[in-house]
Formats: sequence, C-alpha cells, structure tokens
Amino acid sequence: MSAKRPGAEAVAEKGWLRAHRWLLLRRLTQLGILALFLLGPLAGIWIVKGNLNYSYTLDFLPLTDPLVALQSALAGHLPETLGALGVAIVVVFYLLVGGRVYCSWVCPVNMVTDAAGWLRGRLGIKGSAHIARATRYWMLGMVLLGSALSGVVLWELINPISMLHRGLIFGIGAAWTVVLAVFLFDLFVMSRGWCGHLCPVGAFYSLLGRWSPLRVAAPARQACNDCMDCFEVCPEPQVIRPALKGEAQGLGPVILAANCTNCGRCIDVCSKDVFTFSLRFNNPVSTVPPAPHGADRSASI
Amino acid sequence: MKASTPKSNAARRQFIFDSARMACGVGLLGLGLGLYAKQSKALPALALRPPGALPEDDFLGACIRCGLCVRDCPYDTLSLAKPETPVATGTPYFTARQIPCEMCEDIPCVKACPTGALDHGLTDINLAKMGVAVLIDHETCLNFLGLRCDVCYRVCPVIDKAITLDIQSNQRTGRHAMFLPTVHSEHCTGCGKCEQACVLQEAAIRVLPPALAKGELGSHYRIGWDEQKKAGGSLMDESKMLDLPDRMPEGSKLPGHYDPASGMTAPARDLPANEALAIPSLPPGLGGKP
Repeated sequence: MSAKRPGAEAVAEKGWLRAHRWLLLRRLTQLGILALFLLGPLAGIWIVKGNLNYSYTLDFLPLTDPLVALQSALAGHLPETLGALGVAIVVVFYLLVGGRVYCSWVCPVNMVTDAAGWLRGRLGIKGSAHIARATRYWMLGMVLLGSALSGVVLWELINPISMLHRGLIFGIGAAWTVVLAVFLFDLFVMSRGWCGHLCPVGAFYSLLGRWSPLRVAAPARQACNDCMDCFEVCPEPQVIRPALKGEAQGLGPVILAANCTNCGRCIDVCSKDVFTFSLRFNNPVSTVPPAPHGADRSASI
Repeated sequence: MKASTPKSNAARRQFIFDSARMACGVGLLGLGLGLYAKQSKALPALALRPPGALPEDDFLGACIRCGLCVRDCPYDTLSLAKPETPVATGTPYFTARQIPCEMCEDIPCVKACPTGALDHGLTDINLAKMGVAVLIDHETCLNFLGLRCDVCYRVCPVIDKAITLDIQSNQRTGRHAMFLPTVHSEHCTGCGKCEQACVLQEAAIRVLPPALAKGELGSHYRIGWDEQKKAGGSLMDESKMLDLPDRMPEGSKLPGHYDPASGMTAPARDLPANEALAIPSLPPGLGGKP
C-alpha cells in the first residue's frame, strides 16, 4: 500500500479500540435497532412491530417517520392519534440530538454506503461524478411538491431506505437490486453520492436538526497537525473546515453545519483528540488555550 | 443590467444556470416518479386491500407502508407489496384465492393502522367492502352444470344474504333443478372465502373491486314498479293509455297478464302491478329465492 490509511496514526497512538469507539457504537446501534425489528418476524419476540416508517414498541411507544407523514399530509391525509404522537416524539428527539443522527445511527442504507465508501478507498477509486451537495434539497422539494400534486406518498415508491428496511423485515423481493444500485453508484459513480448528495430523507433530517444542541466540536483545534484524516473519513467533509480552521475568521469550534451526521468518526480517527461531542452553545470564538496546557484535551460527552 | 459589474453579472448567470440545471435534472426525475405514481394507482383486479381501505387514489396518499396491519392480522392474510409485485411498493394487499379475509369481529388490522388509510370508522366487519364476489364463469361453475357443489354458498360468512341459491329448471335434463349461486352485492364484504373455496382449477367465482364488479343505473333512472309502490298506484292516467291487444293463441287466457286492450284480463286489474306483470311460466315452487 502506498498511501497510509486514514486513522492509522490514531490506531497507533490511541489503540484500535479507542480509534474505533464511535464507529463500533454506531454499528452496534444500527444493528441493534435492526435486530429489534427482526426479533419479531424471526424469533416471534414482538418488541417492535412495523418498520422505520412507523413502528409500535411494546404496545406503548409509537414512532412515525416525519417525512413520510409530511408527504402523506401534503397528499391530503392526516395520521390517526398514535401516528401523530409518533411524529411528535420523533421530531422532538431529532430536534435535540441532530436530525442527521438518523442517517448515521439508524438508517440501514448508511451501512451500505459506508461500505461503498470504504471499498472505494481500499480500491483507490479516484474519479467521481460531480453533483452539488445541495441537490438533495431540490430532491426534497420535488418529493414534497410531487406528493401534493400526485396525491401519493411519492418517495415511498422508490425510497431505498424503506425498501431495504422493510425488505429485511417483511421479505425483500427485488428490493435488493435497488440497494445494490445505491452501493454501486457510491462505489463507481460518485463518492458519497447517495447519502451525501441525493437522498431527500437526509435532506429533510438535516433541516430538522438545523438547531440541535448536540454537536461535534473541535475544541482542541490548536492541536491539529493537518493530517487530513478527519476529512478523509467524514461523509460530509465540508462541515469540518469552518470549525477546525475557522479561528482566523472568528468562527467557533462547534460544527454548526446541518449536514454533520454526528457520526463521531472524526473523533475516532484524530490522533490528537481534537474533536469531541459537545453542545452548540459551547462555542467560544477563540480556542487558543489561556494557559500553556489546555484543559479541553480530555473532554468527552 | 447596465448598473451591475461584470463580475456580479457572471455570478448571477452562474446562479441561474446552476438553478436551472437542478430544476431540470430533478424535475425530470420527478416527472418519471409522478408517472410511476400514476401507474401505481392501477391496482390489479385480484389484489384486494384490507377492510376499511380508502379508495385506491386516497389509499396511496394515506398509507405509510408500515405493515402494522400485516402484523396484527391473525391469519397472515395480508402481505406488503414487494417492488416486483404489481401493487404500489410496501402497501398491504391480499389475494383471495390464496388466503382470504377471515372477517375478524374486532378488525385488528384497521385498529393497528396509524393513519386513516384503513378507515377507523369501520367497526362492523359486515359493512366492509373489500370487493364484490362475482360468479364470473357460468360455463364451468358446477352448479350451472346442474350439480350440487354449493361450496361457495356454504363457506360464505354471510350465507343466505351475500350468496343465495336461486332455483331454476334444468333445461338439459328437463326434470331437475339448478341451484345457481347468486351474489347480492349489498351484503357481500369481498372477503374472498368463496373464491378460495371454489373447487375448480380456476375459480369460477372471484372477488373483484366494486367498480369492476358492479353496473350502475343512470342517475335519472327510475324503476317503474318501485315508483308505483311508493305512489300507491299507477303514475299515469290509465284511462287515457293506448293499449294494443297482445296477440295470443285463440281462446287462451293468462291469468294475471296485463292487457287491457284484449278485454280478457279484467280480474287482474286490481292486483298490485308487480304481481300483474309476473308471467307464471315456471311451475309453482321454482323461480323464487329460497
């Protein structure tokens, strides 16, 4: 291998486990949620019924996907009490923890596109089609307008997320072809293409979490040695720059961009422990430590 | 135009081009998706929606494809459409010939629905309208062949209301009766038990969407004998009615035959109109509902 793998330095300095802590937690969460859904149909243990569009946990907790509910509302139909309650719970949750936490901690397609991104790096595939990252908001607008015009919950006709998730739980049929298409698209056509550029669900959740308090921050940005590993692993690398390099422009260390997925991978791969989970209010303009030995190094959530 | 600097002009042009590119690209995708949505509204005739489902147009806007109705169906009747199924992806349906609806009294599928896709106002399963059974093939139905199969009639959960056996004489043998399964749409819920139970290789009775199964009288249409009954008598002045004598074999009389011009049916005049119209061509005991 000619180029060093991103994160190698962190592994060397912090040990493998600490250099993969958030990644492992995230995979555990993603698989755990999937397992909860699968426990019913596979083992007959009904903790959660339904799928990511709407689920009912222990005959007590309703959770509704707000984007699906919104499309349905634009098509002229409002949910029943439980469905509406589910929307409220989910909206409040992501308002607090950050909308795109859905993308990196819940969505099953994330594992598919992360795998494509990882393989892209391993195979050294360099070329990538260029589409603006803002395309997803146009997609979102199209989906909402289209739902209103067609009277159909439009995105659900082809949404790879629900196709995969519903497919795993209720029988996949030909839905695997759609998932494979997303994987190959990310692998060969466009780096981080689906989740980072096109998916209207991610776009919706990014707007939902626009003002969320829970954020990744770079309070120890003075320690940054410009190894670029965080930019390498980040699915939305454009969000890092203002926080990491914005000292001169008077920007605070908190990553405020709505498209940060709070995946925490930058925290893992930084050998200097520059990043940490933090709150958006905790955003002083200057992070130059007052004393020679900064106190932020050991910060964690 | 004159006031702007070349630089901001270029930036504006770029912005407009970028926006146009997005709008056109995404619009193209949206157009395809919209056409696909239109196609998806064409539910195949043999795919039935759960009880209480809104009309297909509304259903696809209200159903959020969660599968809770599928989970709460105790008989595994319902399934969610896969992408290759000709039913909108992720929406619930059932195929009567495979597993029909068992018409649970508490209708758990409707209760589980988090949206109004399955109408929560449906609390009596007998009022469900998943479809209407139609005895679609009179040539292969065993009862039409003069045999006593009766299976569709026997399994009907609304027996003697939704399906009755209408007796007719068997013209082929000349001495037997035929018991013709007859669906009465006002009582049929479309559960599909009859279609599933039909003993033929291909069912002769099938549940179809009501719009396919039912004819409809024009809204202007009035049924004469109903109107006559409502009015308590003929709606027109019969004394002014011009009636031509019906040609009949010499000297024959049809009791009850309404033919004022022949002067042979006077006693029938005081019978109710519908009875006067009935031509007693069948032997007594046949022709009515059992």
